[in-house]
Amino acid sequence: MSEVLLNPQVAEIGHDDAHHGHHHEEGFVSKYIFSMDHKTISKQFLITGIVWAIIGGLFSVFFRMQLAYPDQSFPWMEDLLGRWAEGGRIKPEFYYALVTMHGTVLVFFVLTAGLSGTFSNLLIPLQIGARDMASPMLNMLSYWFFFLASVIMLSSLFIQTGPFSGGWTAYPPLSAIGDMSPGSKLGVDLWITSMAMFVVSSLLGGLNYIATVLNMRTKGMSMTRLPLTIWAFFFTAVLGVLSFPVLFSGFILLLFDRNLGTSFYLSEIFVQTTQTALPNEGGSAILYQHLFWFLGHPEVYIILLPAMGMASEIISTNARKPIFGYMAMVGSLFAIAILAFLVWAHHMFVTGLNPFLGAFFVLLTLLIAVPSAIKVFNWLTTIWRGNIRFTPAMLFALGFVSLFISGGLTGIFLGNSALDIHLHDTYFVIAHFHIVMGVASFFGMFAGVYHWFPKMFGRYLNNTLGYIHFWGTIVCAYVIFWPMHYTGLAGMPRRYYDYSQWQSFKQFGDLNVVITIAAIISFMLQLVFVFNFFYSIFKGRRLTTQNPWGSTTLEWTTPINAGHGNWPGEIPEVHRWAYDYGKDGKEFIPQTVPVGADESKH
Amino acid sequence: MMTENKKIHPYKFTLWVAMGSIVMMFAGLTSAYIVKRNQPNWQGFELPAIFTYSTVFILLSSVTIQLALRNFRQRRMQVYRQLMIVTAVLGAAFIAMQWTGFLQLEAANIKIIRQGSNVSASFLGVIAGLHLLHVLGGIVALVAMMIRAFRSRTKNYSAVPVEVMSQYWHFVDFLWIYLFVFLNWIS
Repeated sequence: MSEVLLNPQVAEIGHDDAHHGHHHEEGFVSKYIFSMDHKTISKQFLITGIVWAIIGGLFSVFFRMQLAYPDQSFPWMEDLLGRWAEGGRIKPEFYYALVTMHGTVLVFFVLTAGLSGTFSNLLIPLQIGARDMASPMLNMLSYWFFFLASVIMLSSLFIQTGPFSGGWTAYPPLSAIGDMSPGSKLGVDLWITSMAMFVVSSLLGGLNYIATVLNMRTKGMSMTRLPLTIWAFFFTAVLGVLSFPVLFSGFILLLFDRNLGTSFYLSEIFVQTTQTALPNEGGSAILYQHLFWFLGHPEVYIILLPAMGMASEIISTNARKPIFGYMAMVGSLFAIAILAFLVWAHHMFVTGLNPFLGAFFVLLTLLIAVPSAIKVFNWLTTIWRGNIRFTPAMLFALGFVSLFISGGLTGIFLGNSALDIHLHDTYFVIAHFHIVMGVASFFGMFAGVYHWFPKMFGRYLNNTLGYIHFWGTIVCAYVIFWPMHYTGLAGMPRRYYDYSQWQSFKQFGDLNVVITIAAIISFMLQLVFVFNFFYSIFKGRRLTTQNPWGSTTLEWTTPINAGHGNWPGEIPEVHRWAYDYGKDGKEFIPQTVPVGADESKH
Repeated sequence: MMTENKKIHPYKFTLWVAMGSIVMMFAGLTSAYIVKRNQPNWQGFELPAIFTYSTVFILLSSVTIQLALRNFRQRRMQVYRQLMIVTAVLGAAFIAMQWTGFLQLEAANIKIIRQGSNVSASFLGVIAGLHLLHVLGGIVALVAMMIRAFRSRTKNYSAVPVEVMSQYWHFVDFLWIYLFVFLNWIS
């Protein structure tokens, strides 16, 4: 005490040191709002993602209503949407805005931030044995940049000229000239600003994930002992860090064209609405497509890889069997990550791309089938003769595999530049990417939520509601998207407002009604999940054991409702890989158990 | 947070990854430049000499920040602070010179933006301009470090922040060398 009085500086330093302990009380703001605890940040990402998913899903319900009942009016729509649905019918401009926002919100805000933001944050430190991320500060900023992006995007829904309506890809000239459509005015500026914030958020997050996985692993946790989830998050982060900046470049050029009169993308264009010729010369919209799809394709894997990683983990845990072909799984994740950068032009086969160049992109695209097939084979062989526990998480993980197979097969059709001439911009494409990327990744995400909910909140989700959610959703997903393959093969183009005007597509009217009804049911089922989620946070069955699923990985060695720092004492040491299930007659052996002398080789 | 003793500090490693990310952004722009260059309607022009002079300045600033780091490690704090200030001034001079270069181009009727701009000049504006923003970010970080160093009453002898700073500064320097060679060599 006397020392403290004599030397105030020492006291101050001593006080600072106390802050490095793990049991100090935090205020509400630093604990729940500007939190630097990766577990809290992951919950923030998840809940924001859920809110966005409801909004994005609702948008699809609106435009599905238009597609199913183009000649009917629904007064309740006018009540909800105001002048965007005057007389109970959605206006054409707003229809495009809905489609655009549905795509943007679900691809970026839900399946990128909501999926990898949530689970990379939650699982990376917990599963590699770290107290937090390499830089908790950057991690917090990552969430708040995402929040800022969300606020800006949301605000664009309420402006006079409406949100951006040029498609989630934001191709110029529709995105570059304000006079093109109402949605090309302020809506685009807000869209680009929001996306720029989103890119910053993704980069800050990705930097952290990479640095954490490579530098902060606990003793004994070599790279080859990492659970496959971590490998997947790692490759996801690498993809994001390398591809988002290129999208950013594309956006900068777009902003210059839009606001500063340059001609990167804009060429000699006559705008009909204003009867004026633009002064721009020699720009090329194809340049934008290259820059966009250089991100755009890796983005698909940014969405999918986390779902793959979590499915691997959950399938192995619930089949009570080691994952089949661990190194092949890692290798195929790596192969997918490399190939992701080499296939972007398959989105541009019909832009006048040199067919010779196209042939290489066809080859590289079809090559992705190899690592994908390896992964599917390994998932199937993991459940083969397993002692399967059909928890909701396991069902969703199996549903993921099912959707990945059926959606992936159509990718082989679309990867052909010759077939693509017929199939591009038809409902076949919609069916393909919704199943393989959209719904499949959603299933991976649901699997993750059901599996790690006990870790996040110390309570279980309701199982019965979980089963209803799963079976309803998988049936609806196939009812919605399976018929689209047929309409697509028949040439029905995407993005149209009213198909009843076309003799050739009128015949699919009833089919569109079926799809819409399934979409509405599916949306309702997701609300069941949302109810289950929020109800269970407060009222769910309490967790009584640290390791409810009998898992081998490190996150289940932390206390229920662990504080900041994760482990109250020392960080445990790792002695084995993450998949010792059913070994030497033991049901499972956690990674922290040293290899015994009598143990068989692993 | 507790970290084990590894060869590379996590912050430095994070910066390396961030550098890769920034490189990808410029790679996107310079490859767009190459594609555009081979299309009709490309007007080549000579880069004003002031861009070459600015290159000398940023190279010098790399030397001064390296010296600053060395002095910091040897606990010569006075010299360290002076050198950091010199570095920031050199960086500011770099920005001013490049800005002058843009104005010279505009004066010579090679428009970077607005009506009548050619995409070649616009590219210079975007590429060099983005690089300037990165230098500006570096200067802001330098100034923030200086303010903290003068203000704080406790002495902090950890070299990590200075190392991270100089690593970033060298990176921005090398990035400009690449862009300078690229812009001169290609056009």
